[in-house]
Amino acid sequence: MDIIKTNNLTKNFDGLTAVDTISFSVKKGEIFGFLGPNGAGKTTTIKMLTTLLHPTKGSAEIAGFDITGSRDKVRRNIGVVFQEPALDIELTGGENLEYHARMYGLNRNKRKTRIDDVLNLVDLEDKKNVIVKNYSGGMKRRLEIARGLMHYPTVLFLDEPTLGLDAQTRRAIWNYIGKMNKEEGTTIFLTTHYMDEADFLCDRIGIIDHGKILVIDSVTNLKNSVGNDVITLSCSDMVKLVKRLEEESWISNIEQHETFVTLGVEKGEEKIPVIIEIAQSLNIRIKSISVRKPTLDDVFLHFTGRTMRDQET
Amino acid sequence: MKSVEFQAIYIMWLRQMKRFVRSKSRLVSSIVQPLFFLFILGSGFRVATFAGVDDYLSFLAPGIIAMAILFSSMFTGISVLWDKQFGFLQEVLVAPVSRFSIIIGRTLGGATVALIQGIIILLIALSLGVKVSGIFGLLLTFVFMTLIAFTAVGFGLVLASKMEDFQGFQLIMNLLIMPLLFLSSAFFPVTANPTMKTISYFNPLFYMVDGLRGSLIIGTATVNSPMLDLLVVLVICFIMMGLGSYFFSKCEV
Repeated sequence: MDIIKTNNLTKNFDGLTAVDTISFSVKKGEIFGFLGPNGAGKTTTIKMLTTLLHPTKGSAEIAGFDITGSRDKVRRNIGVVFQEPALDIELTGGENLEYHARMYGLNRNKRKTRIDDVLNLVDLEDKKNVIVKNYSGGMKRRLEIARGLMHYPTVLFLDEPTLGLDAQTRRAIWNYIGKMNKEEGTTIFLTTHYMDEADFLCDRIGIIDHGKILVIDSVTNLKNSVGNDVITLSCSDMVKLVKRLEEESWISNIEQHETFVTLGVEKGEEKIPVIIEIAQSLNIRIKSISVRKPTLDDVFLHFTGRTMRDQET
Repeated sequence: MKSVEFQAIYIMWLRQMKRFVRSKSRLVSSIVQPLFFLFILGSGFRVATFAGVDDYLSFLAPGIIAMAILFSSMFTGISVLWDKQFGFLQEVLVAPVSRFSIIIGRTLGGATVALIQGIIILLIALSLGVKVSGIFGLLLTFVFMTLIAFTAVGFGLVLASKMEDFQGFQLIMNLLIMPLLFLSSAFFPVTANPTMKTISYFNPLFYMVDGLRGSLIIGTATVNSPMLDLLVVLVICFIMMGLGSYFFSKCEV
């Protein structure tokens, strides 16, 4: 069942097209990600889906409700964790949750237990009566995730959920998101520019750039579509080795960088010994050699011609 | 309106109250500043004589009360800008609560806070011997105080919806509100100077201060009858709240 459906969703800002006729759907219970660099249109898309922005053209439905026609019904079914913190820092964690509960009409009995439950889920029970001003960045983000879940939403939207957090907190938040998805069956829609995040969490990913969706597929399929294992090596005479390797048919691409060479091959782990033999036959000493599976960076490069890192500089 | 809307209004009202009580600096300055004005101007100008003014302190007190309520309520309206800057507004707007309820909740909260401050100043003025008209006069005073509060919150909402940050707010305060306040007869009668008198007819604050004074104080001639002032202030209040609601309902984060 499609819990999110968009149809040619478009948003223009004074001549700038931030989101350009995107159409996609998300199945109930899956973790779906929008992966793209800053400025790709991810936040604008989320704002439209969460009824904070009116689309210029096109439409979308969440849990069967139209985002322009039935805004309140949509809002009841979604939880949102924004990119910037949306907490009242003068209130305590518990009070922020209480505020949310009342705004969403949770009755009194449910309220108290639910507040404790969600705080437990994100390990913040002991911070319930602490003023949010005194929370760390990671704690604030966890509190927002807890808050997004308060009213048992069908879909939880997360806009760059681990932006600006340290590695340990990021892992912890990934675990909470995964737990929510498994235990409560919440569909997750997240946006990110982190490869590892999309890779770790998502069932399916849409790659978005300049407001357009380039491809949507499962993470595995995307990586397989790029096809190649990547062998990276450095040696005593790169030019000579590269020249020789160009004659081999099982190498699909060779790139010479300043201090190393990358090769695209199938079954990289079986090709390493072959390369070493070739090098030895030419009296070239291999200094280092490694093989890795393609990452989403390679996927992005494949579909856009640029890596995300190039994009950002 | 569904009960969930009432719940939402209640919690938004409660949030305004909590924030006020927890902000020690706001608590103190909101009482101390008007009191400074009351004491310093009151004793300083005691020896001056204005036509039609028996006791300057009694003349001044309603002006100070109006000022306190005005500033406090505007601050509430403008605090929407805080929420916008700190991101909390997103949480408010994404909730399944009508914009109407959001505005009501905020306005009621702000008005309650402002009225509390106004009453404290009133009590202090009473203790200083300000001559007050009877029960009916006091009731009418509360009506004026409430209307002033609502109007000022509405005005704050208009500003908050149209501005991106606080720079513009400072400008409006200094170039618009302060002059209007001084020309409202809060601190001195405006009848003596014909130009000022003409301006005062176009000054919404004038009707508020004049009406408050007419209801609260005996023995001081006011320019208009309190009832006329009440009518004008009612109209201004409706217009301002309407504008505030309209602009707030249109604002996007």
